[in-house]
Amino acid sequence: MFTPALIYIFILIVVIFSVTLVIAMYSTYAERKVAGFLQDRLGPNRAGPFGILQPVADGVKMFMKEEIIPDVSNKWLFILGPSVAMATCLMTSAVIPFGSGLTIGGTFYPMQVADVNIGILYVFGVVSIGVYGIMIGGWASNNKYSLLGALRASSQMISYEVAMGLSIIALVMMTGTLSVREIAAGQPGGHWNVLYQPLGFLIFIICAFAETNRAPFDLPECETELVGGYHTEYSSMKLGFYLFAEYINMFISAAVISTLYFGGYNMPFIGRFITDPNTLSLVGTAFLFGKIFFFIFFFMWVRWTIPRFRYDQLMNLGWKGLIPLAILNIFLTGLGMWFFGKVG
Amino acid sequence: MQSLSNRSKVVTKKEMSFMERIYLPAIFGGMAITIKHFFKKKATINYPEVKRDFSEVYRGKHVLKRDENGAERCTACGLCAVSCPAEAITMVAGERKAGEEKLYREEKYAVTYEINMLRCIFCGLCEEACPKEAIFLTDELVPTDFKRGEFIYGKNKLVEPLDNRVDISKRQTQAVLDFKKNKLLTHNRL
Repeated sequence: MFTPALIYIFILIVVIFSVTLVIAMYSTYAERKVAGFLQDRLGPNRAGPFGILQPVADGVKMFMKEEIIPDVSNKWLFILGPSVAMATCLMTSAVIPFGSGLTIGGTFYPMQVADVNIGILYVFGVVSIGVYGIMIGGWASNNKYSLLGALRASSQMISYEVAMGLSIIALVMMTGTLSVREIAAGQPGGHWNVLYQPLGFLIFIICAFAETNRAPFDLPECETELVGGYHTEYSSMKLGFYLFAEYINMFISAAVISTLYFGGYNMPFIGRFITDPNTLSLVGTAFLFGKIFFFIFFFMWVRWTIPRFRYDQLMNLGWKGLIPLAILNIFLTGLGMWFFGKVG
Repeated sequence: MQSLSNRSKVVTKKEMSFMERIYLPAIFGGMAITIKHFFKKKATINYPEVKRDFSEVYRGKHVLKRDENGAERCTACGLCAVSCPAEAITMVAGERKAGEEKLYREEKYAVTYEINMLRCIFCGLCEEACPKEAIFLTDELVPTDFKRGEFIYGKNKLVEPLDNRVDISKRQTQAVLDFKKNKLLTHNRL
């Protein structure tokens, strides 16, 4: 019953879960620090040294707040909304390879919870369900601002998913696989996919900003127009779940971007210095997290630089800009593959 | 129509060029600017630990000075109260009794002297009006309180303690002292 493989997977799930949650927790801190530094301020620095306990204080505050469920709301859906948002964003990390794998006692254990051969499709499926968290929450609140926010969120996420999927198709054409693990393993040394798919990467990262509802595409919670957007009526830890889900989404997006386009756990030249496969694998994991942290920083950097898009601009960019570009990218990729004789 | 100032400009909505329309160069430019600010020196002052220096000419809480022998300089002439635009100062004058020469410099002194710190606008006109060099505004702050009554400062809070003289030399520069000695000004003639 409890085979070593099963126990290993269980441990891995717990580790990935806690790492995800801790990173999301400290992303809130990092966000405020980065925002402060980019605006010539210091950011939070009162709770603990350098304000390192700030997320803990915020968490305690969230739990202590009064829990309000509006009378006119649909109570079950109101509770279901943040739960769905949180559950779906935690599910995505299952297919991300966080390292090549460890060999313990002659058995090889991959550092990935589930090596699904349609990993990318799985990611897209789960991300699509994530829309429901926001939609259900916004609709169940029975508040016009929430409803508008939810409407915007769903239309925005659905529109940008199209361009995102099309940009991935070019990548899949090139790598010939849908498994995230094989895509990551297929870029050894410096042969990162971003070098072959610069346009695809650009489209993908813009769509990733839109999918995570972050600035400059944070229209669903656009505070200047919609009070708080879809989470206007939420309070206490339900609000915390929504905000937390955003940061987990950011972490997952950063992980997906680094895995698909930046070689995942691969790093050029490192194989020359380290020969032990286990050490190499752990160093690779460290590199992957380095890349993830860079992209999380990049997300914040963009947020505190670029003003929010107007709604019609957002739709124009998605439908008239990114989708034709993505189709062009597919065409160019096909042309390139034909030219270099890679078509089977 | 001819504009009055001749400074009006005609607003044009010009077509954006291709580079402007794809936004990316502008976005990277903006990101370069923000990352520069990331490494800049921060403007924040960590307040309770670090306090920002007051200006040289800061006017804060008042003090009623004593002379070199420790006697109160104020003679309750009321010029400060008259000059006060906010009518924050009230006083009751009294006659000095025999044996009180150590306490009060002149024959007349202020029995009570009150400044309502909620009315006071810290303009410093009382200091300018005083012919006896008795009242000065220091660089101290008026502390906060919970009751309005506490903001009416009596002599117990205003007169400088004998063992802890208040330094007012910061704003009393040579130029200010020369100005006060100018006998052409009426209030210096007393």
